[in-house]
Amino acid sequence: MKWKTIKEHIIYSLLRLSGLFIVCALAILLFYILSGGIGKISWEFLTNFPTNGMMSGGIFPMIMGTLSLMILTMLIALPLGIFSAIYLVEYAKPGRFTNAIRLAVHNLAGVPSIVYGLLGLGLFVVFLGFGLSLVSAAFTLAIMILPIIIASSQEALRAVPQNIREGALALGSTKWETTYHHVLPYALPGMLTGSILALSRAAGETAPIIMTGAAFYMTHLPSSVFDEFMALPYSIYTLATQSSNVEATRPTVFGAILVLLLIVLFMNLVAIIVRNYYRKKYRW
Amino acid sequence: MSEDIEIETQKLNLWYGDKQALKNIYMRIPEEKVTAIIGPSGCGKSTLIRCFNRMNDIIEICRIKGKILIDGKDIYDKKMDVVELRKNVGMVFQKPNPFPKNIYENIAYAPRIHGIKKKKKLDKIVEKCLKQAFLWDEVKDRLDESARSLSGGQQQRLCIARALAVEPEILLMDEPCSALDPIATAKIEELIRYLSKEYTVVIVTHNMQQAARVSDYTAYMYLGEVIEFGKTRQIFENPSEENTENYITGRFG
Repeated sequence: MKWKTIKEHIIYSLLRLSGLFIVCALAILLFYILSGGIGKISWEFLTNFPTNGMMSGGIFPMIMGTLSLMILTMLIALPLGIFSAIYLVEYAKPGRFTNAIRLAVHNLAGVPSIVYGLLGLGLFVVFLGFGLSLVSAAFTLAIMILPIIIASSQEALRAVPQNIREGALALGSTKWETTYHHVLPYALPGMLTGSILALSRAAGETAPIIMTGAAFYMTHLPSSVFDEFMALPYSIYTLATQSSNVEATRPTVFGAILVLLLIVLFMNLVAIIVRNYYRKKYRW
Repeated sequence: MSEDIEIETQKLNLWYGDKQALKNIYMRIPEEKVTAIIGPSGCGKSTLIRCFNRMNDIIEICRIKGKILIDGKDIYDKKMDVVELRKNVGMVFQKPNPFPKNIYENIAYAPRIHGIKKKKKLDKIVEKCLKQAFLWDEVKDRLDESARSLSGGQQQRLCIARALAVEPEILLMDEPCSALDPIATAKIEELIRYLSKEYTVVIVTHNMQQAARVSDYTAYMYLGEVIEFGKTRQIFENPSEENTENYITGRFG
């Protein structure tokens, strides 16, 4: 065989192997978690409080904590992110203020999550006096995912053809009417998709919430948004590393990981469905 | 010219950044006539027409000097309300750009944002405008269908109907037929002739035959300047400038 042909084969195999590698990584992860956790999943496990030093009982407060944290984070991050993106794409004129926003968005995206935790601790917990609480954690996570939401929202807005804006403006629409009636409805699905994906990343974050409100153990659900909370990622971490009897808590850990994974996968699925539905609906 | 003047430009200059796109334009566009603007690509004809409804405002690097008077008012005056101006000066674009809504909503949108809320009145406007745009018979049974399901020529007539719904006095058309086939083009041209009874129409076109067919007056532009402006017949049969003659006889462009 000619050397050129052999080289072609080698490259092809290498490329394929790289692809195979990522599939294997996911398969192993899923197999490991499923085999360890599936036996643990039951109605009781999902709806009961942990008992006996978390060695038995359920993970109900962790699930509720994570879900309420997600909702709160979304409520804070979504409007802020979407408004910023609208400002940047539709309104901003080139200048110092616009550059400052762009610079901030780019740099926030690169900050490690542990630093957000410290920021949240300093700003929300201590300085603003929210204490260790759901709000502090939600604000911290919101700031963390804002750059992603802004970036995907900007992209969605830019995808709306300029001639739609011109068509609306030429009829005497104001800028806001043009944005609100024409640009936003077509961009919203893209914005939501990006935002849900960002949120699903936040769902699994541990570092930022440790410092801002996640509790090791609580006997009740948070009574208000200013209360501490239990959350899946932090409980997984504590059960796996801080437990007095690691062997005994292992099934709970696996169960909790599986539930967290299911929540994240479910959110990604919603994002995909939203995107596909609207991609069919609006075609330029 | 004996007709009343609808749009008048005085010493109009326009720059995109450092590049000058319009140079010292003096033009008097008569009322309720069709005025065509012709010229080779990049000569500034679209730029000029987009000045008349201040569409260039959305281009950040665009700078304008000089005056444009519509009904005697300087539209670049600080006191000018751009929304009011655009209600009076409608525009149809090169590529049909109906909103991705149904046919009815495409027409009803503008009257609604300008304060007409009653369904009956909106129904009447929709019917009237679609009739004016020769589209009513083709779409009257499917007003709730998406505008995107129409053919290109129908979409363009819908865009014309949409512009008429604001009851403008002036209708600007920026190469309205360049994306259409000959049959759809013929329909639009017939429509333009019909509309000139009630509206002042300014049409940019790179199709000289079209200018000759539909317009009463023609302006020939070259490199940002109006080289010649006069009655269409005179421009085409007896141009006074050599540059104009070279262009309309097809020697360049």
